[in-house]
Amino acid sequence: MAEVLVLAEHSGGDVKKVTLELLTLARQFGEPAVVWAGAGAADGQPRLAEYGAAKVYVADGSDFTDYVTAPEAELLASLVTGTSPAAVLLASTGQNKEVAGRLAVKTSSGMLCDAVGLVAQDGKIVAEQSVFGGATVVHSAVKTGTPIVTVRPNSVAAEPAPGAAELSAVSLSLSDAAKSAKVTEKIVQETGERPELAEAAIVVSGGRGVGSADGFEIIEKLADSLGAAVGASRAVTDAGWYPHKFQVGQTGTTVSPQLYMAIGISGAIQHRAGMQTSKTIIAVNKDPEAPIFELADFGVVGDLFQVVPQLLENIQKRSGS
Amino acid sequence: MNIVVCVKQVPDTWAERKLKQGDATLDRESVDGLINELDEYAIEEALQIKEAHGGEVTVLTMGPEKAAESVRKALSMGADKAVHLIDDALAGSDVLQTSYALAQVLGSIGFDLVVLGAESTDARMGAMAAMLAERLGVPQLSLASKVEIDGTAVTIHRQSEDGYWKVAGDLPAVVSVVEKINEPRYPSFKGIMAAKKKPMQVMSLADAGIDPSLVGLANAATEVVDFAERPPRQSGTIVKDEGDGGGKAAEFLAVSKFI
Repeated sequence: MAEVLVLAEHSGGDVKKVTLELLTLARQFGEPAVVWAGAGAADGQPRLAEYGAAKVYVADGSDFTDYVTAPEAELLASLVTGTSPAAVLLASTGQNKEVAGRLAVKTSSGMLCDAVGLVAQDGKIVAEQSVFGGATVVHSAVKTGTPIVTVRPNSVAAEPAPGAAELSAVSLSLSDAAKSAKVTEKIVQETGERPELAEAAIVVSGGRGVGSADGFEIIEKLADSLGAAVGASRAVTDAGWYPHKFQVGQTGTTVSPQLYMAIGISGAIQHRAGMQTSKTIIAVNKDPEAPIFELADFGVVGDLFQVVPQLLENIQKRSGS
Repeated sequence: MNIVVCVKQVPDTWAERKLKQGDATLDRESVDGLINELDEYAIEEALQIKEAHGGEVTVLTMGPEKAAESVRKALSMGADKAVHLIDDALAGSDVLQTSYALAQVLGSIGFDLVVLGAESTDARMGAMAAMLAERLGVPQLSLASKVEIDGTAVTIHRQSEDGYWKVAGDLPAVVSVVEKINEPRYPSFKGIMAAKKKPMQVMSLADAGIDPSLVGLANAATEVVDFAERPPRQSGTIVKDEGDGGGKAAEFLAVSKFI
């Protein structure tokens, strides 16, 4: 059975949830084999075994921290050539879409980005994509080369399955071209304890209705009570009330969580483009005509500064804290 | 410095965008086209680099005749000249083919610096800068929120999930920019008038040395199997807050097992 390569997302030896989701998807097309770029594979190995990885290709070394996207692409390209996998799956991050692009060029293969589902159909791997701000569902397949697909977090529930997760060291001698863009410094800005926006199962977002940077505190409190990530509409980030990297929408991050709460967000098409595929949507807005209510599974027409504190109180009561 | 900015004509994100029945390509006829929003930031950055370091800004686009509208916008902002790759054989090209065609043009017209918007609002792949860097064998300085040039050394701030990375490379290079890098200028009346007189070079596949068997829908590496408009979400329960809205929302969360 052909392998399906899954590029691992990891940090400090911890495997990110999206990688387990990719392993779950990979099983239907072949034998899942993880590609681990950088340090910490031994720490991540048990988790990968638990989710059905047959093999873990490990390429450790400083190349992956010193250079941008080219080392991952060269590593994957050498494995594609060596093992002829049925497909290569990557988590859909900004970085990985670039890795996928370079890999597609190197291997003359078709690439599909931002899949929200993957199925086998007539011997092909068919990706479901949600385009034009979620208004259209497209099923696409790769005709040429090895299918390269980036998959959004939360596309499938990760399901355990036993695997050997046998570690296999791979050596990589990086080309000069790959070393032409060098990382000289990594600046980590405060991220706090909250989950990452793109990966979070619950996202609580605030919009123009919060009124000010100070008003955003209530959004953070609500998010923390649910263990959620915080998001913001473009109006908020443009006004400087909340950092730009938390923007959900057409020009920001696209999220597809189990639960999305839109607080004081009218739901302009630009915002909807980034959250429309959320499984459950709750909206709180003063304006009963706000387009966000067209998407909401549950909506409250009212002042968020009345509704949210009461909601918080109820959540705390129920969780017994 | 010879700066080339790649721009893309996209359907207006405020309009209803559709794929065409039949070949499942983008319906560019029924929707107003306009310049991809992030490309305006790329043009602005190129103009600022030219203002600081001298040189010339060339706008490059690939697309049907209508795409010339976006080129004119770029010229009216202050770019010096334009190249429009236009050929019926390009229709339906996917990202792999488009990167090939653009790389061929860039190789033929020459460049010190290529600047792009980080992604387009229609396809949203965000891979073009990396693919061009790969094809051209030059540094990939992408997702930049800041660009600094000192001689032939380029340093950018690359947006990352938890902050940013400083990434350095030498010219010639490919840069892509994110939204927070600058505030694009509005074309002045003078700029709009001047744009009409600026040179626009039209190129065909043959002009750029592009192999016709490597572009176009029939030769694409990917295919659309089928597509459908997403059925509208079932309308949910909307309540008016009468002092109990927060409680009701909590109840919904509990019933849905989120709390």
